[in-house]
Amino acid sequence: MTLLLRLFFEFFKTGLFSVGGGLATLPFLYEMSTNTGWFTHADVADMIAVSESTPGAIGINMATYAGFKTAGVLGGICATIGLAMPSIIIILLIARFLERFSDNSYVQKAFYGLRAASIAMITAALVNVVRVSLIDLQAYELTGNLLSLFRPVPIIMAAALFLLIRKVKWHPVVFIALSAVVGIVLKL
Amino acid sequence: MRELLELYLTFVRIGFVNFGGGYAMLPLLEKELVSKRSWTTMDDLRDYFAIGQCTPGIIALNVSTFIGYRKKGVAGAFAATLGFLSGPILIILLIAAFLTNFAELEIVQHAFAGIRVCVCVLILQAILRLWKSSVVDRTTFLLYLVILLLMVFSGVLPFKIPAALLVITAGVFGVFFGKSGGKEGGK
Repeated sequence: MTLLLRLFFEFFKTGLFSVGGGLATLPFLYEMSTNTGWFTHADVADMIAVSESTPGAIGINMATYAGFKTAGVLGGICATIGLAMPSIIIILLIARFLERFSDNSYVQKAFYGLRAASIAMITAALVNVVRVSLIDLQAYELTGNLLSLFRPVPIIMAAALFLLIRKVKWHPVVFIALSAVVGIVLKL
Repeated sequence: MRELLELYLTFVRIGFVNFGGGYAMLPLLEKELVSKRSWTTMDDLRDYFAIGQCTPGIIALNVSTFIGYRKKGVAGAFAATLGFLSGPILIILLIAAFLTNFAELEIVQHAFAGIRVCVCVLILQAILRLWKSSVVDRTTFLLYLVILLLMVFSGVLPFKIPAALLVITAGVFGVFFGKSGGKEGGK
């Protein structure tokens, strides 16, 4: 029981202090690994790989994994809810505040800036995915040839998907599943 | 009660297929919450992401809490967030128990190379849809450009600027130089 509580609070702290999502949790996870010995640094590295290939954010995955390794299924659930709890509480407070003050001119003006920032963050996320899918920085550094920067097959696939998505209104999951199959068939 | 269950199950579904973290969730949320159920609007979603970026915790969770609260109060917030967590918890428990070298499997790697291409396209479409209501004039375009460049080249900068700080600065900038009124979104 005390172990479950400790798991909950360790991950509660991580959730409270890692602002900005997934990768922001990494330094806290390394620190926790050193302090508690619940998982190793190598486990964290493995979990980055797993998180890139499963749904869910790395922080959530690491909490579930570490909790499970230390205290079984219940441990996994306790750690994960611990991680989520601070953001639930804080967002509830903000949502309350916004409900009351959304017509306030200062709040509206703040959103004028926040919206531009939000789109910039989304674009930066796009750049990060493009870096590991459509272009090949390593090949470019090796050859110095600008053409080798682009991966032709994924780029053609992306263009085809872009046109297809504009044409048909399927659920995004269908496109994701389709792309997984194409990836396997073409050995991307 | 019925509505809470629907909220929970909707987010279970989103959590199960949310590959690629926070922003990859946007197209899924749009389909499930805006076009299928009209529980929220695309502009509101974008605002939730902005707030989620500068508050503690994982963005995807923050957004789930927000939407759940708007729909059904505190209980709704918990239903949505726990729903979102269910899929990843189950998958990681299975992987931790049975598949230690899951990420190294060749077929998994190929599948995810394909999925990443799709995620690029889905995120691009989301940006195009939000562009007009977010980048409304020259000032916001400049703000957009500066933040984007700082984010993209954060690796080569001599100092590290946290993303949350950039978002908060943009909000403060808005308070001083922004325009209010004549607005969509925040209803």
